[in-house]
Amino acid sequence: MPDELAVKVGVVTFPGSLDDADAARAVRLAGGEAVALWHGDHDLRGVDAVVLPGGFSYGDYLRCGAIARFAPVMTEVVEAANRGMPVLGICNGFQVLCESHLLPGALIRNDHRKFGCLDQRLRIESNRTSWTSSYDEGAEVTIVLKNGEGAFVADAGTLDRLEGEGRVVARYLGNPNGSQRDIAGVANERGNVVGLMPHPEHAVEDLCGPGADGLGFFTSVLGAVVG
Amino acid sequence: MARVVVDVMPKPEILDPQGKAVHGALPRLGFTGVTDVRQGKRFELELDGDLTDERLAEVRKMAETLLSNPVIEDFEVHVEGSSGASGRHRA
Repeated sequence: MPDELAVKVGVVTFPGSLDDADAARAVRLAGGEAVALWHGDHDLRGVDAVVLPGGFSYGDYLRCGAIARFAPVMTEVVEAANRGMPVLGICNGFQVLCESHLLPGALIRNDHRKFGCLDQRLRIESNRTSWTSSYDEGAEVTIVLKNGEGAFVADAGTLDRLEGEGRVVARYLGNPNGSQRDIAGVANERGNVVGLMPHPEHAVEDLCGPGADGLGFFTSVLGAVVG
Repeated sequence: MARVVVDVMPKPEILDPQGKAVHGALPRLGFTGVTDVRQGKRFELELDGDLTDERLAEVRKMAETLLSNPVIEDFEVHVEGSSGASGRHRA
């Protein structure tokens, strides 16, 4: 039975999304209600927060996230994000958020040109976002990283602004892909929109993956919505 | 009918791993003297009707909205058959 009081977190499925089922599972493990959202619908189905999952939306044609950005559901996601609704973009979802201009910068091909798949150490640099409030600032966590185009780039002025405003959410401990200033995740000014290259939804239970360090992203948002 | 070409290139300051890979492969095949390779994209747009300044402005809008990402790429618009580019765009 769906819990009437549970926080509803929507997970968007684009053509080519891979990690929507894992993201929905992570929402449920954190105690929320996962709501499936469809790329082709202009409808957020009354959710309190949205996850744009990993994968290869539209086959990564043109540029990663460039076509998904114009999917019908993104009109509503962008509007809701600008009103303050928590939105988390993971991997391909991060690329979609950058292409949508909800987040600054871009993700380009890894400097070593190989697809990387590893258990990645990260430091949570800011817990003043809707998606990281469950963590201690400076906490070191291990979260799965898997991408071919995960190198975060922006011009020096943008990078300085992100650092100065405390909008670098997570940093790599040991840079795996050439991301500038070891940046693994960033937030918008308000802290409700977060993009993260590693996959917290793959690190939510001990049985599979490197542990449950990723669960905090999903418990954080439940608190952000209730609070 | 008119053909308009949009060339999209990574900005000079952005690392281009694909170009680097191609650059690395050339000497292995015996091609020497290439000091750098940058890889970009070429779009050929077939437009109906006459090519007016308004239509060309619309192509530039397409280029900056969808065909390129101004954060990491520059684009150039050429009209096929005309001489020279009709404008280089750096964001």
